[in-house]
Amino acid sequence: MSFDGKTLSWSLREQVIEVRLHRAPNNEIGSATLDELERLAALIRAGADGARAVLIYSEQPGFCAGADLRELHQGMADRRANGLPVDGDVRVFVDRIHEVFDTLDTAPLTTIAAVHGVCFGGGFELALTADMIVADKSARFCFPELRLGLVPGFGGIPRLNRDVGNAVVRDLLFTGRSLNAKRAQALGLVAQVVPRNEALPAARRLAEQVCRFDAQTVSAAKAFAKPLPVDELAEERELFCRLITQPAVAEALQKFVDSEDIRPYLP
Amino acid sequence: MINKLRELAAKRFDGAATLDPDADLFEALGIDSLQALDLLTDLEEAFDVEIPDYEIQGVNTLAGLAKVIARRQ
Repeated sequence: MSFDGKTLSWSLREQVIEVRLHRAPNNEIGSATLDELERLAALIRAGADGARAVLIYSEQPGFCAGADLRELHQGMADRRANGLPVDGDVRVFVDRIHEVFDTLDTAPLTTIAAVHGVCFGGGFELALTADMIVADKSARFCFPELRLGLVPGFGGIPRLNRDVGNAVVRDLLFTGRSLNAKRAQALGLVAQVVPRNEALPAARRLAEQVCRFDAQTVSAAKAFAKPLPVDELAEERELFCRLITQPAVAEALQKFVDSEDIRPYLP
Repeated sequence: MINKLRELAAKRFDGAATLDPDADLFEALGIDSLQALDLLTDLEEAFDVEIPDYEIQGVNTLAGLAKVIARRQ
């Protein structure tokens, strides 16, 4: 069982579905990535071909820099030019990605994210769907959305709130600052910190370990220990779709697209 | 501290070992956004400090970085 996509690929290795993110430059999540994530979600919903774990990692310089803001900007500009509501397609996209991320979050097997480098915005939200995050020392976690006049829209706030707590949500959301792996581990966000370039090998060993336990018990334990914050996810989605119609968002996206700032990732 | 900063930067960027403390290091070394984050991570690890990104926003020199780190120690 394997899949080779334009933005991500996967293969089954020792009962583990290894998902490799490989869209240049930094796995920005746009419609092509969403299409392929939906295929992965469908596989998981269909039983994951008997796999016991899912391991997501990146072969790009970072784990994932977040949503594809250029695609978002272009889509909104096109709709505006055609006299259509700017949030129409965005709402469809957000509904679809919530369905995928909820599937990953609640998958009846163990999910692991092996993170290095930038893990920002939507990429952070993807990592937060995992049961455990293994980060190498280069990893940095950040919600930069307020710079765009937005909040995270892929379920990041409820999941971070569930996993770590609201004070951390407020710190990251309201400042836009990034946390290194050591600090993220101290807060309980990251399960293991390993040396640079060691996240994937460590995550593979972790996956091997979790596959030793009874599948039914793992599934039951996960359903108990990791409930989906359904109401909060719905509220975040609505808030995101409401905020995206603000003129400030269009201005910020335009600024991002036009920027030649040497450090656009820094808040 | 400036020498330690130079040593750290020199592990990643050619020309950092001899960089003037008041030179614009982003311009001189051609540091992009991802490299800047890597450097921030290096600084936090080497000096055992936490540096919020906004505290180095606009800081372009080794001397400036040294001041930010010093007030975090």
